[in-house]
Formats: sequence, structure tokens, C-alpha cells
Amino acid sequence: MIIKNYVKFEFFSRPENVAFARASVAAFAAQMNCTLSDIDEIKLVISEAVSNCIIHAYDNKPNEKIVVTVSLGYDSDLELAIEDFGKGISDIQQAIQPSFSSDDTRMGMGFTFMHSFMDHVEVKSALGDGTVVRMKRRFACIAEAADA
Amino acid sequence: MEVDCKVVCNSLIVRMTGEIDMLVAERLREYIDSRLKDHKIQTLILNLEKITFIDSSGLGVIIGRYKKMSARKGKMYIVGAKKSVEQILFFSGINKLIPMCKNEQEIFNS
Repeated sequence: MIIKNYVKFEFFSRPENVAFARASVAAFAAQMNCTLSDIDEIKLVISEAVSNCIIHAYDNKPNEKIVVTVSLGYDSDLELAIEDFGKGISDIQQAIQPSFSSDDTRMGMGFTFMHSFMDHVEVKSALGDGTVVRMKRRFACIAEAADA
Repeated sequence: MEVDCKVVCNSLIVRMTGEIDMLVAERLREYIDSRLKDHKIQTLILNLEKITFIDSSGLGVIIGRYKKMSARKGKMYIVGAKKSVEQILFFSGINKLIPMCKNEQEIFNS
């Protein structure tokens, strides 16, 4: 991917920042000519990934660091990276199974949503060091007005 | 998120406004559960007309309340979900467990 534009921001692992993260990413991604429904799906995957950092990586400790990077390519392609420095995932295959959740108050569908709404999802994790979730998606471009 | 409720003929109608994510999920769960302590309530209606976003934290609240209502052999309905919210509910399969209606009137007319 040749990057046309990118933004990187970090914030504390507080629940009130989940809405901030998804709104910020949505506002940035709106530069692409994608549909409102595409933007809704981006908001969902960011919400899931950031919630995972807070709940699973940091066990709800509020003052830990989460870093989100959003890159836009020239080809209506988007790359998201959500990084934490928490406890890491011991069994990634198990963690990404639908309805596997170590927390029974959520639905265990976070990774299922990420896999369904993004073209590619990669999880890298080291116990004690943290986790990076990288996701890619290419959008069907809406014809630009100038081309019409 | 804002939440409000009323009881009509043993039905608890919960109306929510805004976004449901992990920040508000716990508060919503406690709010609904405190009102479900009244065991005369046999039907739970979640009105999502004014909900603009839901993620798996919100779905967890819905599934948890469904289990509670099933345990007391009650009914549950979801009302007025917008397209973006409806997509998530369909995707999770919640629509197979809980009937989805356009408006509250539809439930009371049936």
C-alpha cells in the first residue's frame, strides 16, 4: 500500500475513549469516497478492537496506552492498526473464535465482526508485551464528481 | 446515552437514545435489571429507534436480558432498529431469538 495520508493517535485505556476513537477514525476515513454504511462498519471494528484492549489487554486498568494508526492508500484502501502494551493473548486461534470470550458480559463477537467487515485481519501478540491488530480493507470507490 | 422506561400492562418498555458501547453497557444492564425485579413484568420491549450505534458490548446486554426473560418464561421484542443497527443485530443472529418490530404499536396490536 502506498500511503496517501495517515493519522496516528494515542490515548488512555478509558471506556469514554472508545467513542472518541471510533468517531475520530470515522472522520478521518471519510476522506475516502466510501459509503455511510462503510463508515459504520469502520466504526464498529474500531470500537471492538479498542474495547478488547481495555477489557482484555489491560483488565480495565484506565491509565494504559492504546495507539491507533489509520492509513489511507491511493486505491480507496484503508489500513488500521490498534496497538496495546498489555498482557498479550496466549492463544490467538482461541481468542478469535466466535463467542469465545473471557468476559461473559460481552458477546464474544469482536473478532468475528473484524473478520467479516475487513478484507484482512492480522493479530500479533507477545505475552507480557502487548498485541497489535492490523486490518485492511479496499472499498468500492464511489465515482468522483469530476469524472462524471 | 440516555435511557427512559415505562410499564404498560406488564410490559417494560425501555427507550434509549445515543450509542451503546462498553462505556454505557453496564449502566444500561443495571437500569433494566433493577426494573425487572418486578416479577409481574412478562414482556421486555427494547426501543432502539434513537440508537445510532451498537457494538458487542451492547449485544451482550441484549442477550443477557433475553436469557433473563426466557428464564421467567416471558417475551422480549426489539423495536425500531435503524438500518446500521439492524445490520449488526442480524449479523449476530439476535433476530433469530428476539422478534424485531417496526414500532411499539405493532406489538400491542398483535
